[in-house]
Amino acid sequence: MYKVFTRIERIAGNVVMLEADDVTYRELAEVTSSQGSSLAQVIRIDGNRVYLQVFTGGRGVSTDAHVRFLGKNMQIPFSDALMGRVFTGGGLPRDRGPSITQNMIDIGGPSVNPAKRIIPRNMVRTGIPMIDVFNTLVESQKLPIFSVAGEPYNQLLARISLQADVDVIILGGMGLKHDDYLYFRDTLEDQGALSRSVLFIHTAADPTVECLLVPDVSLAVAERFALEGKRVLVLLTDMTNYADSLKEIAITMEQIPSNRGYPGDLYSQLAARYEKAVDFDDAGSITVLAATTMPGDDVTHPVPDNTGYITEGQFYLRNGRIEPFGSLSRLKQLVNDKTREDHRNIMNTMIQLYAAYRETMEKQAMGFRMSPWDLKLLKYGELFEKEMMDLSVNIPLEEALDLGWKILAECFEPAETGLPTKLIDGFWPETHTATTEKTD
Amino acid sequence: MSDNTGIINGINGNLLQVEFENPVLQNEVGYALTGELRLKSEVIRINGTRAEMQVFEDTSGLSVGDRLEFSGELLSAELGPGLLTQIYDGLQNPLPELAEKCGYFLKRGVYFDALNKDGSWAFTPVAEKQAEVTAGDTLGTVPEGMFSHRIMVPFRMTGRYIVEEVAAEGEYTLKDTIAKLRDTAGKLHDVTMLQHWPVKIPIRCYNERLRPSDPLVTRIRIIDTLFPVARGGTYCIPGPFGAGKTVLQQITSRYADVDIVIIAACGERAGEVVETLREFPELTDPRTGKSLMERTLIICNTSSMPVAAREASVYTAVTIAEYYRQMSLNVLLLADSTSRWAQALREVSGRLEEIPGEEAFPAYLESVIASFYERGGTVRLNDGSIGSITIGGTVSPAGGNFDEPVTQSTLKVVGAFHGLSRERSDARRYPALDPLESWSKYPSVVSGDDVQYARHILRQGNEVDQMMKVVGEEGTSLDDFIVYLKSEYLDDTYLQQDAFHPVDAATDADRQKYVFGKLVKILKTPMTFEDKEKARHFFQKLTQITKDWNQVAMDEEDFTKLDDTIGGMLAEVTEYV
Repeated sequence: MYKVFTRIERIAGNVVMLEADDVTYRELAEVTSSQGSSLAQVIRIDGNRVYLQVFTGGRGVSTDAHVRFLGKNMQIPFSDALMGRVFTGGGLPRDRGPSITQNMIDIGGPSVNPAKRIIPRNMVRTGIPMIDVFNTLVESQKLPIFSVAGEPYNQLLARISLQADVDVIILGGMGLKHDDYLYFRDTLEDQGALSRSVLFIHTAADPTVECLLVPDVSLAVAERFALEGKRVLVLLTDMTNYADSLKEIAITMEQIPSNRGYPGDLYSQLAARYEKAVDFDDAGSITVLAATTMPGDDVTHPVPDNTGYITEGQFYLRNGRIEPFGSLSRLKQLVNDKTREDHRNIMNTMIQLYAAYRETMEKQAMGFRMSPWDLKLLKYGELFEKEMMDLSVNIPLEEALDLGWKILAECFEPAETGLPTKLIDGFWPETHTATTEKTD
Repeated sequence: MSDNTGIINGINGNLLQVEFENPVLQNEVGYALTGELRLKSEVIRINGTRAEMQVFEDTSGLSVGDRLEFSGELLSAELGPGLLTQIYDGLQNPLPELAEKCGYFLKRGVYFDALNKDGSWAFTPVAEKQAEVTAGDTLGTVPEGMFSHRIMVPFRMTGRYIVEEVAAEGEYTLKDTIAKLRDTAGKLHDVTMLQHWPVKIPIRCYNERLRPSDPLVTRIRIIDTLFPVARGGTYCIPGPFGAGKTVLQQITSRYADVDIVIIAACGERAGEVVETLREFPELTDPRTGKSLMERTLIICNTSSMPVAAREASVYTAVTIAEYYRQMSLNVLLLADSTSRWAQALREVSGRLEEIPGEEAFPAYLESVIASFYERGGTVRLNDGSIGSITIGGTVSPAGGNFDEPVTQSTLKVVGAFHGLSRERSDARRYPALDPLESWSKYPSVVSGDDVQYARHILRQGNEVDQMMKVVGEEGTSLDDFIVYLKSEYLDDTYLQQDAFHPVDAATDADRQKYVFGKLVKILKTPMTFEDKEKARHFFQKLTQITKDWNQVAMDEEDFTKLDDTIGGMLAEVTEYV
């Protein structure tokens, strides 16, 4: 019933070109040659020349391959049967389960009407004080985790997927090492969290084009779950691999690169994905956490840089800790006034003092004499790092706030903290106010 | 409707190649037709019988051979009463209406009228019969919220006209004729309350442009005092991500002392617009006591919405700003962010395979940015009254590096530069304007000498701070150390402002004058301390009290009390009186 074309004119990288008519833009096609068959998508039409991006790559595509246009866009199955399953970027099972073909939905759909969005209102509890207290994650938020290769960002994501207070976890892996994929699968399985998760995994060994599909399929499925009223957390790792795949395709298509070889629309491409994060008024929500490795630990590299402008803050993962400086949850102000009255002040004060501690550390490293104030800061900094920053700490927000007061009281006089008098009266641990207050 | 059509011959992203036969205009709007869909597009280049068109929507599903209908019109904004409180996308499509019809998601190819054609407005005639009028002259007025909305002779009507007829006082819809004008050739023209204007062409129906001189009070201390903005001026806010550009604009949109605020959310996060969208109807305008939404209009083309409409969105916004300026109102246009718009230009330029300039931005970037900012300004209208457009644009430089082309092109044409710095935002010093790098060419709300002195202290404090990093605290003299503490004190208590505190978030001009005068007096006071530890302790305490002071409204009793406490503290260590 579909016309089959059998003459491919040009093959360059993952893109093949043939002459065909009656083709619509973005339509899917099936390319079959002796090496097997693959889906492909129309990415450019010029007169009767049609450019196709072959999902499994151009390798092994013969010039007489059979190309059949399918008259539809890329789709992915959606049902509750997805839970606990692992798929490839193309939507095929990666575990040993059956393939699912009913209830196909389009991927990469239109964006949410801004007039239908609401102000985020719910916090996502993670049990990690560096997130809950200092940079609260909020439903519908999109946040990248900036780190460098070698940092435990996948471990952090795995921990969040176990501890986070949400209904559904969608994990999109792009260019994952096979070991990392197994680590995710096993961790989720061992801790019993796999049953609330759907995994879309592209490993480094898979074709590049499938990597490009991972965020779209993950978010399309997430969107459906959210419309059904579920609170969905989408974890993407690693978005830099995604951007590199975009670059690869763009260069193959001979587009003019804008910055370090990345295409000029990198920002728009990333934004179209991240902006899928949403909180529906009368349905569920999508929250996105995306690991983004910074090549050379350089935040001005185009990928982290463009990401930072799109997302609502960022976490920096450095030396196995969430770095308090630079890390920012832009939406935290919307929820942290409803948690506990001291939340905001504790958050600000502890970070300001920690910043002062870092300065003192520098001074100390240069061999300067430490003033009494410096000594207090040193004590504080060590306590803070040990009891709050360590990623293995798993306590609810309220306990973490109490811990904050305890640490402050162990190190400072109330006035030195700069906290409002009213809060000090209410929260300063009793045992420590007895110490003599020095004036002047 | 025009019956001029072309045939699509190539598709690459949102760029179409179209074969045409009859004449077409550069920048003419056309509709790509496929099935039931009509996708809006614009001619951006013509070569022989091939027009290159950028489509303002996703082009999936189009195929070669589909028809494209040319409209014969340039991309225009619809102007008339009812614009305020609206939320439009970049093409002036009303988003709430779209949400009502299409649900949660945007739907391509669905276009609604920007203005409701059925609602009626209470028209009061102003122009006399037989009076001579030109484009932009007032024919009558209708009340729109708290404003008297002028119904003007359409801007596109060049030359002189005689008013033959003006409608009597009463209710009219936008479709009704409210006046008949006779041109010099004797031809009669019907005028309605609705008019169209091509967005890329400035409206020039005014007598002369004036130099911006009145300060525009934003109630943000560091801006009004140190880096002021003038009504009719232009300013830019470049800053790395996370430095608080958008928060700064949101606060400005709330408190700025202007009549109308137009927010062009151009290629930024949707969530930020939503905050404005949902909060403004609830907030009261401190100046008028009415809902803030009544003076606000939002043009919203966020980052995941079609890229091509991003460019259109800033022009739509500035055209509407010009329309209200013609009514002798002061308009503030906030564009967030101009970099996204520049990137949209870059994307199109790349698809057109133009020779790229720096960082692949097109070579005409600079002139495009300059002509946009030049649409701001204060003007004397034909009737002698004054109207102004102030333009504030954020810039999102790649890597936070101000040397990139968009920041540099913008700096050349604006009157104030509010540079945000990552160091300050990392240290939670908000608003994170860099007090040493920013500048403004406009007059401050406080005395110029005091500003000079404060900046001098800030510079000195910074020098001491840099020096201390090398020689340590013990290598610094007590006097230098006090200068450093003073600059930190000014920074902590005046330059920083808590945007989330009901009182501290907005400081009006009178309070700024009073508090800044007081602080400068403190800065100028010579102080003596036994040692650095005592000095530090004193300033810590002084800072805390001054911060408390910032959080008390000026008419509260505590304001005077804390004022006295500060005075008392100073008296202990100085000859302060």
